[in-house]
Amino acid sequence: MPAFILRRLMQSVVVLFAMSLLVFAGMYAVGNPIDILLSPDATQMERAHVIAAFGLDQPLWRQYLLFVWHALHGDLGRSFAFGTSAMGLIAERFPATMELAVAAMLMAIVLGIPLGLLAGLKPNGLVGRSIMTVSILGFSLPTFWVGMMLIMLFAVQLGWLPASGRGATVPLFGVPVSFLTVDGLKHLLLPAFNLALFSIAMVIRLTRAGAQEALLQDYVRYARAKGLRWRRIVGVHVLKNILIPVVTVVALEFGSTVAFSVVTESVFAWPGMGKLIIDSIRVLDRPVIVAYLMLIVTLFVLVNLAADIAYSLLDPRVRLAEARG
Amino acid sequence: MHRFRTLFLSLLLLTGTLAFSAATAAAATAAASAGTADLKIGLAADVSSLDPHYLNIAPNVAFAAHIFDALVNVDPDGKLIPGLATSWRPVSPTTWEFKLRRGVKFHDGTPFTAQDVIFSLDRPATLTNSPGPFTSYTRMIVAKQIVDPYTIRLTTARPYGPLPLDMSTIYIVSKKAAEHATTEDFDSGRALIGTGPYKFVSFRRGDRIELARNDDYWGPKPDWARVTLRIITNPAARMAALLAGDVDAIEGVPPDDVARLKANPKFRVEQRVSWRTIFLVLDQSAQAPRDVTDKSGRPLPRNPLRDLRVREAISKAIDRRALAERTMEGQAVPAANIVAPGVFGYDQDLKVEAYDPAGAKKLLAAAGYPDGFALTIHGPNNRYVNDAQVVQTVAQFLNRVGIKATVDTMPLSVYFGKARAGDFGVALLGWGTLAGDFALRTLVGTPDAKTGWGSWNWGKYSNPQVYKLVAQALGSVDQAQRETYAEQAAAVALKDEAVIPLHDQYATWAMRRGLRYTPRLDEFTFAFQFHPQ
Repeated sequence: MPAFILRRLMQSVVVLFAMSLLVFAGMYAVGNPIDILLSPDATQMERAHVIAAFGLDQPLWRQYLLFVWHALHGDLGRSFAFGTSAMGLIAERFPATMELAVAAMLMAIVLGIPLGLLAGLKPNGLVGRSIMTVSILGFSLPTFWVGMMLIMLFAVQLGWLPASGRGATVPLFGVPVSFLTVDGLKHLLLPAFNLALFSIAMVIRLTRAGAQEALLQDYVRYARAKGLRWRRIVGVHVLKNILIPVVTVVALEFGSTVAFSVVTESVFAWPGMGKLIIDSIRVLDRPVIVAYLMLIVTLFVLVNLAADIAYSLLDPRVRLAEARG
Repeated sequence: MHRFRTLFLSLLLLTGTLAFSAATAAAATAAASAGTADLKIGLAADVSSLDPHYLNIAPNVAFAAHIFDALVNVDPDGKLIPGLATSWRPVSPTTWEFKLRRGVKFHDGTPFTAQDVIFSLDRPATLTNSPGPFTSYTRMIVAKQIVDPYTIRLTTARPYGPLPLDMSTIYIVSKKAAEHATTEDFDSGRALIGTGPYKFVSFRRGDRIELARNDDYWGPKPDWARVTLRIITNPAARMAALLAGDVDAIEGVPPDDVARLKANPKFRVEQRVSWRTIFLVLDQSAQAPRDVTDKSGRPLPRNPLRDLRVREAISKAIDRRALAERTMEGQAVPAANIVAPGVFGYDQDLKVEAYDPAGAKKLLAAAGYPDGFALTIHGPNNRYVNDAQVVQTVAQFLNRVGIKATVDTMPLSVYFGKARAGDFGVALLGWGTLAGDFALRTLVGTPDAKTGWGSWNWGKYSNPQVYKLVAQALGSVDQAQRETYAEQAAAVALKDEAVIPLHDQYATWAMRRGLRYTPRLDEFTFAFQFHPQ
């Protein structure tokens, strides 16, 4: 297992390099943050002065090498717009996004697996069919629109929940979290559900398909013949066998939930990384964009690694050394 | 039938789940409605730094006005009013004297003195890590002199009329608190000590800033003991926050929601023509721009946009009334000037160009283009109100008089860089300023790195007469004289169609019933200028 993990981590370093190079070249081609941030009344000389102060007049390769040099020393640069360390900015926003993504994935598991099982066990019943129809909506309705509808219904019409923003936070091991306060939970509910919709639908469909397939397997028949209670057959034997694809998807979905929380965060004015990255792209704030993407790549690598390890725990036949890539 | 029943039941199930989960969370606490002494405002743009000298962008400047004062403040109509200076006057053509307000205290109790002013005027030049420094407003000062603790004199290298306006942009920080402070110290609140109407309480970046009233404020006491500025950049989300009562007021109301809000008795809408004028910039260099060609795409021997008759034809071809009424959904007025009505140097005598497609065709024929030519109109698609639609509308008007116009819009981050590089023959630009001579200098002054003029003159327009008049305006310390020169310069430049003014945008605020706000020319949202009705 250690060799496997080491190889994975080596691969991720290569990916990180390639990614930073791509972002650098891309941002260089798009333009210059100074053209957006500079005071309108600035003169040409002031502009040249500022560009030189940020080293943006240097050739691309020199800027990149300078960046790599600093990055190897643990410094990913200062944000142009915020005037503070890019890593610090992301660290500031990271808990909010993680909180949202974790809440969304919990919803996906807690709602998705039971509903999927229900639909799988009674595929032709009214309940099963209804669940499947709703899950189609979860796939097909745009997140943005559903978010606005949730706000219109629960915040504007009913007035039960706040329309946007993050509620009161309390520090947990030094990290500000909002799920421990009532106000925080109220603020968290709608955006988390909105973000979870797609994953819930996905988990429902996977669980249902898996359950239907498993029910036809011999081991289920033997178990029934053996006289095991139905509850135990489904809850232990079937569930255990269908969890592998679900774990894969949940793990992959978690990565994309974090990466694509952008839409939900902007609809609900949730102060997470997604909003930060959108604002940063708007002003070509390169240090923040590079740092953010490096973090996301790292996150994907770690999540995939965790999924691989989870397989081996769920199914002893899977050996990590054999699972390549 | 069966299918319908399933769908209906599914929806019921969905709503049921939602309602249940919502109800459990909501049941925990009763919705604590805001007391009258609190004010929550939804802002449209992120405050990137709390350091008032770090980055000159509108959201930062608007926030800083809560904590700090400048020597000169700006009233809602864009007029200069006493701030920390009670009066100012030129004592010689190159020296301005400012009398400072007595008895003013910083939030930490230390008295405000001339030392703080000198320190604050020196500070922008020391922030070398700023991508948008405030040095543009301090660069004219060559010497600062403290005459007595409540009088300072600022000397410029040559006569300079707009110095009081420049001083309205530089906030006065406490020397004691800010002397060794970094931008991070301002963000944490440690150095955020001003003389302004509000004191800093807390800052959650990208989310909210909380403020408490400064009870020792020298000016009119604000009505709100506590203020929360919420950052809600998405317009639909901002509207929703207002409708749901999460915030009491919002800025930047989306144009298509204005009519609906006005009809709703629970809300109040305040608007006025803002300082932002939207216009077209035409490349007037000798060589025809790459994207200005004949109708089959072949390059033209000379640049048609250099011909005044062609520029006039373009101006006459545009129905500005339709543009303001339809494309801008009534949230704009047709423009004839390079600055908005009410701005210093606005020329009353300039009239909005009448819609005259026949006249436009005649002018094109006279200029040697009876069959027109082809061009591309470029514009940003995330900067000004309905900017992409404005460009499309203009293109249609030009097509009607025989100019084959295509449209190319892009995000601001790409747009400004390309425009500055001279890639565009025709480009859309918006400009907000409090002084016509500033706008003229930057937008239509002959581009020259030595003088610093024309830094946004994408069209490379150059007219010695405009240059002379603008230089005279900037050099006049007598403000009436300065305004006359600025108006004359505007008249010459616009007669030349140096740029083609389109419209002046409205700025709009919406608030719950029971509040009022005097809409500001400069589009800023100041919590201390909200009042109960």
